[in-house]
Amino acid sequence: MQWASWAAFFNMGGYAFYVWFSFGFTALCLALEVLSLQKRRLKALHLSRLLAQE
Amino acid sequence: MIPWFALLATLFALAGLYVSFAIAPTDFQQGEAYRIIFVHVPAAWMSMFIYIIMAGWAGLGLALNARLSAMMAQALAPTGAIFTLLALVTGSLWGKPMWGAWWVWDARLTSELILLFLYIGFIALQSSIDDPRRADRAGALLALVGVVNVPIIYFSVKWWNTLHQGSTINMGAAPKMVATMLIGMLLLALAFWMYTIAVSLMRVRCIMLERERNAEWVQLLSGVKK
Repeated sequence: MQWASWAAFFNMGGYAFYVWFSFGFTALCLALEVLSLQKRRLKALHLSRLLAQE
Repeated sequence: MIPWFALLATLFALAGLYVSFAIAPTDFQQGEAYRIIFVHVPAAWMSMFIYIIMAGWAGLGLALNARLSAMMAQALAPTGAIFTLLALVTGSLWGKPMWGAWWVWDARLTSELILLFLYIGFIALQSSIDDPRRADRAGALLALVGVVNVPIIYFSVKWWNTLHQGSTINMGAAPKMVATMLIGMLLLALAFWMYTIAVSLMRVRCIMLERERNAEWVQLLSGVKK
């Protein structure tokens, strides 16, 4: 283990902003992509269902 | 197939993050800030790989007039653009503490920015043409011409004097870094690969549903049929 305490871990040797922003932004972008695709699929299925009823 | 790739992506990501933060040692020069490498380098790799694969699918679609190939290219583009953006943003967050600047007009950074514009151009061009088959052909042409940029990015650190450092990992030579750092990076790169496969399959499924709305097989899908 590299870290003396949780506080040291979150502090990242003083580079907390840069390190956590990098990882956080990455996680956010990937999560948003998955969510938007799930919404897009539901919408496409919904439209197809409307067409099928006609 | 999608849940399997999603599961693999999650597992590789957890293992990669564990190695990156709990096992890999502190860099003697850069302190803890170097840990950005674990997300920056895999994202930059993916931005180039995805472009090559996208151009490959686009070219195949153009040559064989295959609709599915063109749809695969279309499905990969947004994910490639996201990884390019991530490489740029994380690079910027790394550049600020280490170089003292968020951005410099260095050959590596500039060519990566051009890659982002190529992805955006591809997406915009395709969505601006109403006829999907014509959009596929126009997009494929743009994607193929843009491939020339990928070797420029890759070799930029050799061809020009760049502020961006040269590559630490070269094929055919021992990597100049500690094994645990390398493992962390490779695990996260694998996670991004699995993620890309899962997400592009999700997207191509949406594209098929949207394009083939009137086809009989869509009408018979369990999610559609009443």
